[in-house]
Amino acid sequence: MKVGIDLGSRTVKAVLWHNDEIISHQITESSFDPHRQALAFLDQYPSAAVVATGYGRHLLQQHRPLNVITEIKAHAIGARHLFAECRTILDVGGQDSKVILLDESGRVSSFQMNDKCAAGTGRFLEMMSVSLGYELEEFGRAAAETDEGTAINSMCAVFAESEVVSLKNRGVPPSVIARSVHLAVAGRLAAMVSKSGYGDHLFFCGGVANNQTLVKLLEIQLGVPVRVPPNPSITGALGAALHPIRL
Amino acid sequence: MSEPFKIKSDPELWEKLGMDVSRFSGMPPMLTTAYTNIFLSQKNRPSEMAYFDNMIENIHTGRIHEIMAVKETGKPVIGTFCVYVPEELIVAAGGICVGLCGGAQGSIADAEKILPRNICPMVKSAFGFKIGKICPYFQAVDLVYGETTCDAKKKTWELLDRYVPTHVMEIPQMKRERDKKLWVEEVKDFKAAVDKISGTETEFDDIAGAIKTINAKRAALQRLNNLRHFNPSPISGRDMLLIEQIAFYDEPVRFTEKVHALCNELDKRIKDGVAVAPASTPRILVSGTPMALPNWKLHNIIESSGAIVVNEESCIGTRYYKDLIDEGSTSVDQQLERLTERYMKIDCSCFTPNDERIDQVIKEYEESGAQGIIDYCLQFCHTYNIEAVKLREACEQRGIPFMAIESDYSPDDVGQLQTRVEAFIEQIQG
Repeated sequence: MKVGIDLGSRTVKAVLWHNDEIISHQITESSFDPHRQALAFLDQYPSAAVVATGYGRHLLQQHRPLNVITEIKAHAIGARHLFAECRTILDVGGQDSKVILLDESGRVSSFQMNDKCAAGTGRFLEMMSVSLGYELEEFGRAAAETDEGTAINSMCAVFAESEVVSLKNRGVPPSVIARSVHLAVAGRLAAMVSKSGYGDHLFFCGGVANNQTLVKLLEIQLGVPVRVPPNPSITGALGAALHPIRL
Repeated sequence: MSEPFKIKSDPELWEKLGMDVSRFSGMPPMLTTAYTNIFLSQKNRPSEMAYFDNMIENIHTGRIHEIMAVKETGKPVIGTFCVYVPEELIVAAGGICVGLCGGAQGSIADAEKILPRNICPMVKSAFGFKIGKICPYFQAVDLVYGETTCDAKKKTWELLDRYVPTHVMEIPQMKRERDKKLWVEEVKDFKAAVDKISGTETEFDDIAGAIKTINAKRAALQRLNNLRHFNPSPISGRDMLLIEQIAFYDEPVRFTEKVHALCNELDKRIKDGVAVAPASTPRILVSGTPMALPNWKLHNIIESSGAIVVNEESCIGTRYYKDLIDEGSTSVDQQLERLTERYMKIDCSCFTPNDERIDQVIKEYEESGAQGIIDYCLQFCHTYNIEAVKLREACEQRGIPFMAIESDYSPDDVGQLQTRVEAFIEQIQG
């Protein structure tokens, strides 16, 4: 029995793996001390071998014997398991976004991460939805209600928020602003993917891949199919669970 | 048991130098902690590192006393920020050349009271050290010799001149014959400025002696770097970086001796199979922008993540010592020309074209037995940042793992950098 656990900036994801399948998974808010969330999950399976990934991996390692791998490697393994031909991965989480390129055999050949800034991450979408008064799930749907969009010039979360406020005060409908925010994020992510180079597909995972409007906009901008697994948030945790253990 | 490591304080000296003593007093204990954690925690360090530890203990005291003693005899003490400023001509005048402080986050807030925020952290840090009066070296110098290797520096010199006399040497941006002519003239102006402080003109023998002294210093660093390339590594990347940083403020003859003493120890270590990390440790070459004291951020992250840095292709590293000056000149004019030719070989990204640097990085990659390159770019250093595109292409063509990072001195991005570096190490390990 193996557990893969991904201590992300917004949520802690855990996958229980046994007999070649996912037995269960869990997603909880990271809260103030994410490692306690992780330990609570692990306490249910004291005999499981554990591999941790994500921002909190080293912290968790101080509390329990386990292996650690980076999010990059975890996503590479998880994506390859879910989609055997995968060569280009876009992972967008709460605090960062990354593009990972794999060679034919599935090894990481290069990767790119966003700078220390929330632009183009889940946190950015979250802040914009709050400022428009949407629940996060509604936000994507609202953006799909219209074909209209206006330019959001700033990708800095703080400046973009004031841009959104000024659009609101000019009487622009919230769905149009929502779509504009989505277009801006999709544009930034597409630029990041294009800089790395991509082939005939993109594998998109991380919590933000749950946003179907963004998936569609990325497909349009990149001109290739964007594949999203059924539960994109747990790709990293799954990859960790599949990683060989060396204790 | 010897005394525990402690960076020394001398408020009386600092007061005399016109420093902000109450503020600066916090610096030595802070640096002591950082140094203890980053350097003294390493296992199996060469015993000859004791000298360099001692140089750090005396960084704000003993070495300053030495500099002031020379200054009191009327010899020039000149601060610089760039490997293009010919230190040989300062040494020829019996003076001291010091690379000035510019590697710490602590002085950036001072600088941002005046300078724009969106410029190079090294320029901001240096400017902040002067206006905050928190760098004894800055306080000790007769003048600062700046250059025109980047826009941020070039324009900052105009402002820095209000606080300390700042001369500027024009470094051309291309390497054609007409640029060389300009450059030789600039070198002559520099010599005249140095001589003016001491009030005597340096002559052929003085210059010949200084060229020998600095050549010997660079040759010692070359020897050390060659030994350090051995796998398993006899010395850590952190210790190597430290020595390269100390090269910019230590007395050159003594420094050269101590580097050779360390080299002798490393020679023996290699024969005896003594190393600081097993041969299987992933080996990283760091290329790019300089790392001024006490900027140990990237090396510390890399080596805490289980890899070892085996070469610095950097102004703080090989760019400073890979070339020597021809010693066969028969006149002062010829000396200055040979000197200029040596400085023209420095392959800073401020030049265009600069393809020789790409070749140089690949050469050092091969010589050092590295397994991957991390290109380090200080934030807002456009020329290195853009040149990384060509470097990446060259690496891709040869199948060399390559990662470019851009960072400043703040600790905000340490978590993210750590993840990137660890992932890069995973990539190398396959």
